[in-house]
Formats: sequence, C-alpha cells, structure tokens
Amino acid sequence: MSRGVPTAADYGLAVCHACHQLARLPADGHGRCPRCDSALHLRKPDSISRAWALVIAAVILYIPANLLPVMETDSLFGAQADTIMSGVVYLWTSGSPPLAALVFFASIVVPGAKLIALMLLLVTAQRRSTWQPLQRAKLYRVVEFVGRWSMLDMYVVALLVALVQLKGLATIHPGPGAIAFGAVVVITMFAAEAFDPRLIWDPLKDRHDRDSPRT
Amino acid sequence: MTEIPRGPELGDLPEAVGKSGGRRRMQLVWIIPIIAALIGGWLAVKAVLDRGPTITISFRTAEGIEPGKTKIKYKDVDIGEVRSVTLSEDRSGVVVTAELVKQAAGFLVEDTRFWVVRPRIAGGTVSGLGTLLSGAYIAVDAGKSEAGQREFKGLEFPPVLTTGLAGREFLLKAATLGSVGYGTPIYYRRLEVGQVVAYEMDKDGKGFSVRIFVHAPYDRYVTAGSRFWHASGVDVSLGAGGLKVQTESLAAVLIGGVAFGTPEFAFDETPAEAGTAFNLYPDQVEAFKREETRFEVYVLKLQESVRGLQVGAPVDFRGLPMGEVIAVEVDFDKAAKKVFMVVKIRIYPDKLRRRAQKFEPVPTPEMVRRNFDLLVSSGLRGQLRTGNLLTGQLYVAFDFFPKAPKAAIDWNNNPPVLPSMPGGLQELQESVSSIVAKIDKIPFEQLGADLQKAMRSLDETLKTTNALVQKVDAEIAPELKGTLEEAKRTLDSARRVLETDAPVQQDLRDALREVAGAARSLRVLADYIERHPEALIRGKSEEKP
Repeated sequence: MSRGVPTAADYGLAVCHACHQLARLPADGHGRCPRCDSALHLRKPDSISRAWALVIAAVILYIPANLLPVMETDSLFGAQADTIMSGVVYLWTSGSPPLAALVFFASIVVPGAKLIALMLLLVTAQRRSTWQPLQRAKLYRVVEFVGRWSMLDMYVVALLVALVQLKGLATIHPGPGAIAFGAVVVITMFAAEAFDPRLIWDPLKDRHDRDSPRT
Repeated sequence: MTEIPRGPELGDLPEAVGKSGGRRRMQLVWIIPIIAALIGGWLAVKAVLDRGPTITISFRTAEGIEPGKTKIKYKDVDIGEVRSVTLSEDRSGVVVTAELVKQAAGFLVEDTRFWVVRPRIAGGTVSGLGTLLSGAYIAVDAGKSEAGQREFKGLEFPPVLTTGLAGREFLLKAATLGSVGYGTPIYYRRLEVGQVVAYEMDKDGKGFSVRIFVHAPYDRYVTAGSRFWHASGVDVSLGAGGLKVQTESLAAVLIGGVAFGTPEFAFDETPAEAGTAFNLYPDQVEAFKREETRFEVYVLKLQESVRGLQVGAPVDFRGLPMGEVIAVEVDFDKAAKKVFMVVKIRIYPDKLRRRAQKFEPVPTPEMVRRNFDLLVSSGLRGQLRTGNLLTGQLYVAFDFFPKAPKAAIDWNNNPPVLPSMPGGLQELQESVSSIVAKIDKIPFEQLGADLQKAMRSLDETLKTTNALVQKVDAEIAPELKGTLEEAKRTLDSARRVLETDAPVQQDLRDALREVAGAARSLRVLADYIERHPEALIRGKSEEKP
C-alpha cells in the first residue's frame, strides 16, 4: 500500500461507470463519456448522502420487516401468522436449533449487521476518517457480496405461497412483513451500490498530501 | 507497474464531452427514505391505533387454550388472541389474558360473556365439532350494558342464547328440576320454540328458578294465563275413552323438555311481560288445573266432632269443588257457654263463575255479600259429610236445606260465619232417634190381640177341611177302586188279542199265505195260457221229450 500515490482524480481523469472509458474531465468536474455519453464523475456524485438516504429507508423498513408477519397460513387447524422471529422460535422449540440459528443468522443478523456496517462506512467516510481503511474496504466487499443472500427468506415464502394453495385444506399467502423485508434487502443492496468505496481512501491521500505537500 | 505518466503524457486521452443540462439540486434518492418513513410511520401509527384493549378472563380450566394460538371469536370472526394463561392467585382456576382488536373495544362491557368452544354433546345436539381440528377458541357474546369492564369471568358452558335474538325471557319456578338442563327445549303445541337458558337452586333450597327464552314470534303465545309443565314424561291415562298415552316429541321424552299452553279457562290472554315468573308443573293435567288466585275466607261454627276433617279437605257445593278447609280450631262461646268447632274455609268464587262470565268484571265484595245473603235465605247451609266411609274422612258440603231454621250472615265478623247444619254422624244420630220414636208409637198389644183372633179362626177353618177330607176317603175311594179293576181287565183282553202269538194273529197269517199261493198259481196259469192259447180248447198238452 503506497500512500501519497497520485490518483486519477489528481490528473482530472475519470472512468466511465458504464463502459469504463478513461477520459479527461473538464475543469468544472462535469462531463460526459465521449464513447457512451453517460455522465462522468471523479467520484460517485452525492455518494454519501444517497447511501445515507437508502440506509435510513432500510433501517425504517427493518422494523416492520421484523414485527409484521411474513407468512400467513390458513389451514383446517386455524389461521396463523408468522413473523420471522416467531418462525425462528418455532424452529428452535420444535427441535431444530441449527435451522433456527441459520434462519436467525440469515434473516435477522445479516440484514441488521449489513445496515450497521453501511452506517459505519458512511460515518467514517463522511468524517474523512483514516481509521483502518483496509478493514473498512474489506467490510465493504463483504457487504456487497452478502447482500443478495439475505433474500433466502423471500425465496422460501415465494415458493410456499406458490405451492401451498390447497383450497380449504391450507393456503399460504405472504404477509406485509415480507414486502418490508424484501424492501430492506433491496434497499441495502442499492445503498451498498451507492456508496463509493474510493471515499475510504481519499482521506488518506489528503492526509498524506497535508503531511508532505507535493511540490 | 510503471510510473504513472504525468499529465502531458496523457494527451491521447479523449476529452470528456461538456455536460449538458444543469445539475439537479434536489436529490431524488431522498424520496426513498421519506417514503419508507411514511410507510413505517403509517404502520407504526396504525399499530398503535389498532392496538386493541387487553382483557383478562378467568376460567376453571385452561383446557384447549394455548397462548398465542387460541383466538377469540365473535360470530366466527377473529377479534383477538390469547396472549398468556396463568393460574389464578388462589389456584382455583386460570386467568387468560387476551388482546382484542380495536374494533372489539365495544365488547368490553359488564354483561359480555366469554366461553370456550370445545366439542360438546349436550341436550341432544352436538356442537363445536370444528374445534376438533382447529383447537378450542374463546367465543364472545356481546353484552348490552354501558358499564365497561376489563376483567371477565368466563362461562363454563356455552350460553344457550346469544344476545340480539328476538324473543323474550321468562322465569319458571319449579319444585324439582326434573330433566331440565341447559338448552332443554321449550315446546308449544309440540313445536320447539325456545330453550332453557339457565337454572339455579333457590337460596332456601326449596325449589329452582329456571330461566327460559322463547323465540319470537312464539313468545307472544306466552300469556299471563299460560301454564308451563315438564314435558319429558309419558303420561298414560285410562279413562272412559280408553287408554290414552300422551307425550311430547320422542326427543322430549329422551332429553326432557318444557311445554307450555294456555288453558281454556284462562281469563288473561295478553302476552306476558318479559321476565314474568310462572310455575313449572309436573305435568299437563296438573298445570291445567285451575289455580285460584282470588279467594274468600269464611268460617263454619260446628258443634259436632270434627274427627276426620283435615286441613285441605275439599269444600264442595253439590259435588262441585269450590274451596278447601284451611284451619280447624276450637272456640268457646262464653255467652252461650258452648264449645264450637271453628272450621275455616277458603272459597274460590271463580270456581262458581260461569265460563261465559269470563269477560265480566270481577264481582265487588258488595255483590258477593248480596249473593250470599240471597243464597243463605233460600237455605244454603254448610255441613260436614263423610267422604270416605272406610277412613272416616270428612269434607265440608254446601247444599240447600229449605226447611233449615232461618239464618243470616253477620258480615261484621271477620271472617264471616256461614250458617251450618249438623251433618254426617250427627245427622245419622238424629235420623235414628226419629226412627226409634216412630217405632215407639206402634200399638204392639192391640196388634197381639188381633193376631190371636186371626189364629183362632184359622184353626176352625183347618178343622172343617179335615172333615171334608175324611168324607172323601170313606165314600168315593171304594167305588173308584172297582172301576179301576174293570178297566184293568179290559186292558188285559185287549192285550191278548193284540199279542203276536194270539190265535187271531195266527189265523190271519195263514189266510194270507193261502191267498199268496193262490195268486202264484193264477199267475202260472195266466203265463201258460198266454204261450199256449190253444190249451183253452185242447187242454194241456203233454211235454215233448
């Protein structure tokens, strides 16, 4: 890791997000890709505020996602509405602790941890912190990677809803929690996307520049 | 990795195209958290607003109730869920805490009833079968009261009726419960029109109060004069019309029932008010007996023994029961120095009223007095009579005795004294003594002399007859004997002539034989002459060999 290495931004160069064409930006910092005509930026514009917006939305939706039932079962034995947590509890009490742990981890811990990780990244980036940049970069990669796997719950609900439609005997339909949960997962994915990881490194460069001003 | 070239070396890089259009100041992305916040806020507000009241219901047992699963249902619509089940403080039951939906807040009034719906077989009906699969649930019947309440006592049995049903409730007073239970049907003309809602023993333990509900429109047939009776039994009666078996429906015989009807003589046919109390009679006959509500008390002062006269003995008028004896006391009349037996009787004037008078106004006391005065002046008297010769039971009878000494009712006495006649044994004694007196008057001595005279003349007559008989014996008997012998001889000769071996008979038989031989010869001759007519001329020819 070399600090104080000049970046493309130092030279007014930007990579097109769409076609990865490297181009020289005008002085005002705004321009369009000469090849594909998409907007060019040195950094993702408003990355932090956008990510913040999405993270906040996800945090808000995380609450109903966990409190509202994700699945409603109507059967001969009566109607039942299950939240994610009640499902976990049911699995635990009915003798499948590993499965309960898996569901708990995948559906409650991971989305929550993802939101916390994103908030950490955003706060540090906003404060131009230079604390543990490598770890934060790794964290970002994990967050980006793990994002889609949280949708497991949704797959299960979607499958059950489609399969269990035995009129009179039993029907399953998704509850309002499922929508909120899906929204949390999707929005955090977008938030992770909106965050520009280069912002982790920029403060390092600044500090380096400050410590040893370029001649 | 090569040294990153400095600016000038990058000359071959294309220049970015100038950005068209101004930069949007407003960041649309913030709409997302706003929307999320709105949704979240709305959900939160809704959750808070929808959060229904929490109530507790106590039950004897938590059988079938599971926290988080058992629903509270009203008309089969979920209105809440059981949150927890705990033991009551005194451990005599369980306390179920349940959360209701917001709309159910109106249910939380004093007289709302909760009960657990489980499969039940009672009163000939099977209910709650659906709960075999779905598990028990708590059913609610909304109350009508205004006073709110959060702690309820659950019913152990489902209520028979839910509020809002059209009809009226009545109260029955029964001496015994019979086969009445929750939900026992009420029959009117053998149509099931209602049910028993509840019953409880009276505090004094001497009877039961049974609450019943009669559905509209049949509730209007319950009139003030209606009678209720146990309809569970089979009533077999043997009367002039033959054997009669009377039952309600077979179901009623099996599971019990209460029937009601209005007797013909009922005066009041206005529909009874809700909550009116009625008596529950053991059977229809008992129920349809006239129950007298109006009565008047009178007193009979008697000087004879009242042995055999019991309280409750009938008072009748020419065989028609019109009251009963309510007390038998003794009274000493100081002025007359006499001991009276005071018999208090109760007379039901309605018994004496004609059915046609049903709609006439109830007679005023003045009218009753006038009528009694009239009757007494024409000889109405009360007396004791023997009802049963074997047991010597007495009853009070009223009848007209035109020859009875004059009497009048003193209406100032309370109760008034009705004039009486000695009756029963007293009467018998008097009759016997009058018979004895009559026997006394018979002239037995003269009768004896007359008898003697008659006997004497009879003796003479007998003697004369004797002489006559002797004369007959002496004069007529010998002659009669001669005649009889003569007749005997004649008969003997006649017998001889007619006997089989008599000579006359023999001769006659011989003569007849001769005649028969002659006739045979003549027939032979005739035959021969017919075959040989020439023989008449030539004589009989010789036989040819």
